[in-house]
Amino acid sequence: MQSMETKRKVTQIAIHIILIIFSFIMLVPFAWMALTAFKSTTEATQVNPFVIFPSQWLTDSFKKVWNNMSFLLLYKNTLLLIFWRVVCAVLTATMAGYGFSRLEFKGRDMMFNLILFQMMIPSQIFLIPQYVMVSNMKMTNTIFALVFPGIVTAFGTFLLKQAYMGLPKDLEEAARMDGCNIFQTFLLIMAPLARSSMVALAIFTAVFAYKDLMWPLVVNTSATKMPLSAALATMQGQYSSNYPDLMAASLIACVPMIVLYLIFQKQFIEGIATSGGKL
Amino acid sequence: MANKSGKAPMTSWEKNQFKWGWIFILPTMIGLIALNIYPIFATVYQSFFKTGDFGRGNIFVGLENYATMVKDAEVWQSLWNTIKYAIIEVPFSICIALVLAVFLNRKMKGRSVYRAIFFLPMIAAPAAVAMVWRWLYNSQFGLLNNLFGIHVEWISNPKIAWISVAVIGVWSILGYNIVLFIAGLQDIPHDYYEAAEIDGASGVAAFFNITLPLLSPTIFFVLITRVIGAMQMFDLVYMVMDRTNPALPKTQSIVYLFYQYSFNFGNKGYGSAIVMLLLAVILIVTVIQNVGQKKWVFYN
Repeated sequence: MQSMETKRKVTQIAIHIILIIFSFIMLVPFAWMALTAFKSTTEATQVNPFVIFPSQWLTDSFKKVWNNMSFLLLYKNTLLLIFWRVVCAVLTATMAGYGFSRLEFKGRDMMFNLILFQMMIPSQIFLIPQYVMVSNMKMTNTIFALVFPGIVTAFGTFLLKQAYMGLPKDLEEAARMDGCNIFQTFLLIMAPLARSSMVALAIFTAVFAYKDLMWPLVVNTSATKMPLSAALATMQGQYSSNYPDLMAASLIACVPMIVLYLIFQKQFIEGIATSGGKL
Repeated sequence: MANKSGKAPMTSWEKNQFKWGWIFILPTMIGLIALNIYPIFATVYQSFFKTGDFGRGNIFVGLENYATMVKDAEVWQSLWNTIKYAIIEVPFSICIALVLAVFLNRKMKGRSVYRAIFFLPMIAAPAAVAMVWRWLYNSQFGLLNNLFGIHVEWISNPKIAWISVAVIGVWSILGYNIVLFIAGLQDIPHDYYEAAEIDGASGVAAFFNITLPLLSPTIFFVLITRVIGAMQMFDLVYMVMDRTNPALPKTQSIVYLFYQYSFNFGNKGYGSAIVMLLLAVILIVTVIQNVGQKKWVFYN
């Protein structure tokens, strides 16, 4: 029995060691980003001897990129992009998901097949025509342009439909007995019960909008209308080899989302686990 | 259900459902048709045209774009680059994530801390991730070369740049796969493991005989989504590889090429043809996977 106990302990320690090694690999790039951002350019590009920790923790790079890149504006653009994408996606998908799961009407199955069809198609196929539409509306370089492809969501509709299908039928019947019409049943009984899937969709949509790079690059080329992702990408061209500046800007761009993630960690992870979508 | 034929008059309840049903789905359907269904046809249509320089006019060229594409070595090289990227990113990110998820799916100290750390890259802006890796890989001043005292040109040597890019891909996606696998692992009843333990089965045996078969539907789901995701890789090449990087031709992905032709070279017609090729490849790969799954995915 003694040996079994020791064996278990050894396994336990071995597992921890493997997990720690991988945690280290995951954290090194973030740590290096921070360490470089606090160095001077000379120190960052010094090889003999190679410097890991800055000899002086300088904030010059932060000040410089904060002023040059008008980060407040970038945060605002990103926030508006995320806000409108989440509102549109949750609103339309919550309604459509209910229609597809709990009501029977002519044309429903055909329309739902369109939803499934859209989910199979790689999104780049939509890109040129979507750009042409925005451009014809003379709406490039606006927040509307950033939000545009995400006004509705086939994936979210599918997710919400699945959520409603998991709810018991008696609830609706009871509501109807009490005199609720279809809309009241939806709004007061069923939609609140699908809350956790709405949260999952909201988180998924927010992370996706934050990380999206190609669409903002295509549609908003004016520096004042870019979200963080595209602004960072264009910045790389300008500061090409000033690594402390690049790392400081990357850090400033990542920190708000990381803080949000650390606060709402449980919701983030559950949201991704339930939506499991194509990120 | 006598009036499913649509000929008998609808009852008021059915009328009501019809009205509200369409009200509920209408915003989504209008958006879907305008933003996704119409663009599919528009892209197919566009692929038969040559777009003039400076956006001047569309000239109908029939199948010329496709004919050019078939002979275009750059397109096939990019497709091959994308497949090579997927061959590294998908299996490695799935296998490593699977092992780590099994380790994390037990009562232990620091479990949520590990999980939080592994997931961290998922919420970092891809542009920032790419920039820091580029800096790590820097052949002169980068951490990797200086730490290990080597002189590898991680991202400018055409022979290894595609692997370096794929490593970033694995690093970025690992946490996502772990979260999905943990969710799947939690659905496996504990009794199975207890029974196995009583029978004296080792942890490794339990992994291969219980965990793998019962998790296979989740693994299949992750595999499908990861392969499709890897085939659409763009951000990493765009951010990590400079236009002047000698390794670019051997790393650029098919979506990167699509982006370049459509939005930088102003040839939306050829871009459309390239994206149709991507669609075809994704559909073929998905069909193959769906046929193949019958051999290894185990449904209860």
